[in-house]
Amino acid sequence: MNIVVASAVPLLGLITEPVSVAHYLVVGAILFVSGVVCMAMKRNALGVLMGIELVLNGANVNFVAFASPYLQGEGSRSLGLDGQVIALFVILLAAAEAAVALAITLNFYNNHATVDVDRADDLKG
Amino acid sequence: MDLASQLPQLLGLAWLLPLASFVLILFFGPRMGPHGRNAAWVATAAIVTSLVLSLVAFVSWLGVHPAVAAHHGGDHGAAHAGDHADAAGHDADHGSHAVQPPVAYSGDWYTLYEAGRLKLSIGWYIDSLTILMFVVVTFIATCIHVYASGYMHDELHEVTDHEVHLTDGSHLHRPGRFPRFFQALSLFCFSMMGILIAGNLAMVFIFWELVGICSWFLIGFYYERKSASNAANKAFLFNRVGDFGMLIGLMALWGALGTLHFADSQVPGPDGQPVSRPGLFSLVRPAETGHALRVPDGMVKFAAAEKVAKTAPGDVAGKVDAWRAEGFGKWLLFIAGVGIFCGCAGKSAQFPLFVWLPDAMEGPTPVSALVHSATMVAAGVYLVGRFFPVLTPDVLLVIAYIGAITLFIAATIALVANDIKRVLAYSTVSQLGYMMLALGVGGWVAGLFHLVTHAFFKSLLFLCSGSVIHACHTNDMRKMGGLAKVMPYTAGTMLVGCLAIIGAGIPFVIGLSGYYSKDSILAQALSFSQANPRHSILFLAVAGGAFLTAFYMFRLWFMTFAGTPRDHHVAEHAHESPQVMVMPLLVLAVLAVVAGWTLPGGFGIANLLEQSRPAGTTETVQGGFAFGQTLTVPAEYLSHEGTIHVTATMTAFATALGGVLLAAAMYLWRVISPAAIATIFRPVFIFLANRWYFDELYHALFVVPAHRLAAVASGIDQGLIDPFINGLAWTARQVAGIDAWIDRTLVDGLGHATASATWSAGLELKKLQTGSLRQYVMFIAAGTVALFVLASIVFRSSLAG
Repeated sequence: MNIVVASAVPLLGLITEPVSVAHYLVVGAILFVSGVVCMAMKRNALGVLMGIELVLNGANVNFVAFASPYLQGEGSRSLGLDGQVIALFVILLAAAEAAVALAITLNFYNNHATVDVDRADDLKG
Repeated sequence: MDLASQLPQLLGLAWLLPLASFVLILFFGPRMGPHGRNAAWVATAAIVTSLVLSLVAFVSWLGVHPAVAAHHGGDHGAAHAGDHADAAGHDADHGSHAVQPPVAYSGDWYTLYEAGRLKLSIGWYIDSLTILMFVVVTFIATCIHVYASGYMHDELHEVTDHEVHLTDGSHLHRPGRFPRFFQALSLFCFSMMGILIAGNLAMVFIFWELVGICSWFLIGFYYERKSASNAANKAFLFNRVGDFGMLIGLMALWGALGTLHFADSQVPGPDGQPVSRPGLFSLVRPAETGHALRVPDGMVKFAAAEKVAKTAPGDVAGKVDAWRAEGFGKWLLFIAGVGIFCGCAGKSAQFPLFVWLPDAMEGPTPVSALVHSATMVAAGVYLVGRFFPVLTPDVLLVIAYIGAITLFIAATIALVANDIKRVLAYSTVSQLGYMMLALGVGGWVAGLFHLVTHAFFKSLLFLCSGSVIHACHTNDMRKMGGLAKVMPYTAGTMLVGCLAIIGAGIPFVIGLSGYYSKDSILAQALSFSQANPRHSILFLAVAGGAFLTAFYMFRLWFMTFAGTPRDHHVAEHAHESPQVMVMPLLVLAVLAVVAGWTLPGGFGIANLLEQSRPAGTTETVQGGFAFGQTLTVPAEYLSHEGTIHVTATMTAFATALGGVLLAAAMYLWRVISPAAIATIFRPVFIFLANRWYFDELYHALFVVPAHRLAAVASGIDQGLIDPFINGLAWTARQVAGIDAWIDRTLVDGLGHATASATWSAGLELKKLQTGSLRQYVMFIAAGTVALFVLASIVFRSSLAG
C-alpha cells in the first residue's frame, strides 16, 4: 500500500523515512512557494516584503541543507561551511534589501497616502 | 609750372569731376535730401568746377599763345615759330616755305595694353580746339544743369505720366527720378570731355560709345512711354551702324600703321634712350614732305603685301616709294577716312543715318539741348575736325556731299514740321550738315567755328522751346501763338537764337555769332565751287539751306510767339518760367550774340581755332587720291578775301532776308495762306510732312526683313527645337514617374512597413507594462516555471542519463 501511495504521490514516501536532506528541501520549497504566493497575492507592500523574506529564507534552508556533512565527498579538504556562509550572506543581503525597500515604501506612502502596490502604477506603459 | 604739364592736370581734373559726381549720385543719389533733391547740387557743383578749371586752362593757354589774326600767305607759322612744346621731329628746316605743325601737347596717363608696337592708352591731346571745346561743353552743361534743376522739378515727387496708359485705362504712377537724371547727365559730361581730351582714337572710341549709352539713358528717361523707349533704341542702333564703319576705319589704321595715337609719342628705345614714335598725323603728313598728305609707308606695305613677300627684306624700304607711286595703299587710307567718318555720320546724324535725332527729342528738353544739339551730336563734327589731317581730298568730297544732302533734306522736313522740338531737331541735323560740308570743302576753321557758335544758339533755342513746353504742356506749335506777351524773356531770347542761327547781321559791319560762322562756310563753299566747277552744287545747297533755315526758324517763332493765341486753353495756362530757367536763357543769349565777334587785338574764336589748324592744310591742295580725279581744296584764307567774301556775305544776307520775309508774309502778315500753298504743292507737302518717307523706307528695308527673319527663326525655334526639347522633357518626365513609383512603393514601402511593424509591436508590448507589481511577480514565477519545464524538455536526455 505504501508503495502504491508512494508511487501515486511522489513525495509522500518521505513521511515514513528518517529526516534527511530531502526533507529540508521540501520545507525550503514550501517556504519558497509560500513567499512567491505571498508576493503575488498581497496588495499591501509590507506583505509583499514579507513574501520576499520568505523566498530568501526558503533559499537559505536549501543552502544549509546542501551543506550537510553527509553530502560531503570522501577526502574533501574544505571546511564544509560553504552553505552556511552563503546563508549568512543572504541574511545580510535581505537586511539591506529590507532597509531600502522599507524606505521606498515609506516614500511611496508619503506621496500616495497608501501602501497598496496596485496603486503604484505610475510607470505603466 | 609750364603749360605742357599744367594743361593735362587742369583738363584731366575737369574731365574726372563729373565722373566723381556720377559715382556719388549712383550710390547715394536717392539719399541726397528729400527725393534726391541735392543730387542737382552735386552734379552742378562738379560741372561748375570743371568750367572753372577749363577757363583757367583757357586763360593759361592765351597767356602763352595769344590768339592773333592769322598771317595769310607764305609766312605761315612764323608767329608760332618760338613756342613749340612738341618740337621733337619738327625742328627740321623745311626750306623757304616753312610749314610748322600746330601747337599741341600730348601724352599718356595710363597704358591699358601694350604688345609690341600696339599700344592702348588713356592719354591727352590738347590744342586750342580741345580747350575751346572744353570751355564750350562745360559752359553749356553748366547752364543746362541749372536749367534742368528747375525744369525737372516734377520728378521730385510722385509722377503721373499722362502719356502712358495702363491696361486698366488709368495713367502710370511712378516715383520721381530726379537723381537718376543728374546721374546720367554727369556721366554724359564725363564721356563727352573724354572724347575731347582723348589722345588716341581708341580712347575716342571708348568715350564715343559711352556718350552713346548716356544718350540712350537720357532719350529713354521716360522709358515707360513706348515712343521713348523706341526712340532710345533707334538712336542706339543707328549709332551702332555708324560705329561699325568706325571700327573698320580703326582696324585699317591700327592694322596698317600700328598706332592710334594722334601725335608723336616718346617711347623707351632699345638702348633705354627715349625715341620718338610717330603718331597718325605725322605718319600721314610727315615733316619731310612739308606736311603734305602722303600715303604712309605702313599702308603701302600693307596693301602691297604680295610684293613685299617677293622682295628681299633689305630692299623693301627702297621700293616703298615706287609702290606708293603705283597707288598701293591709297584705298586703305580712303577706307580709313571714310570709316571714321561713318562713325561721325552716325553720331552727328548725317544722311543716311539722321533719322534717329528727331526721335531723340522724346527725352527731356534739357537733354535735347545739351546732348542732342550742342555737344554729343557735335562730337562727330569734332572728330572729323580732329582727324582732318588724315582725310584725303576724296574723303573730304564724300563728307561734303553727305553734309550737303543732309542739310538740304533736314531743312525741307523742318519746313512743314509742327512739333516745336522736331523743328529744332531737323534744324540741328541741317546745321550739322553745314558743319560737315564746311569741313568737306576744306573750311576747317569755318566748320568748327560753326560748331561752337551753333552750340550756343542751338542750346539756347532748345532751352527756350523747353520753357515754352513747360508753360504750354504741349509741343504742337499749332496750339501756340501770341505767347510773346506772357513770356517776354523766352520770346526775346528765342528771337536772339533765331537771328543767330540764320546768321543775321549788317553785312560787313557786325552781326550775331551765326553771321560770322555761316558766312565763312558760304565763302568756303563758294571758293570750293569756283575751284571745282563740277561740284558747284555744293554752294547751291548751302545757299538754299540758308534760305530754308531762315524760313523755318521764323515760321517757328511767328507761330509760337506772334499773333493771337490759337488755343485759349493753352494760352490761359501759359506763364513765364521760373528764374532758375530764365537765367541760363539770358546767359546763352548773350553768348549767341557775341560768340562770333573778334575783339580788337585779334582775340576771337576763329583766330583761336586758327592756332590748331592741321599742318599742311593752310595752302590750297591739289589732290584726288583714290578716284584719280583732280580735286582742288582751296586754302581757307582765300575765302576771306576779295570777291568771294563779298559774294558769300551778300548771298547769305539775301537768302536769310528772303526766308524771313517769306515766313513773315505767311505767318505774321498772313498775306500768303500756308494752307493754300500746302494745297497747291500737295504732293510735295505730303512728301515732306512724311519726312521723305525715310522712316518708312528703313522700315521696309531693314525692320520688315528683320521681322521676317525673326519670324522664320522663331518658327524654327517653336516648330523644331521646342518640340524636340519638349519631347526630351516628356521622356524624362515619364522615366522619372516610373522611378518615383519604385521609390514610393518599394523603397519607401519597406521602410514604412518596418517602422509600422516596430511601432505596432511596441504598442502591443506596451500593454504588458501594466504597472501592477503583483502581476509582474506572477510573470516572474510563471516564467521561471516555464524555463524549468523548457530546460527539462530540452535536456531530457542528459537529465535522464
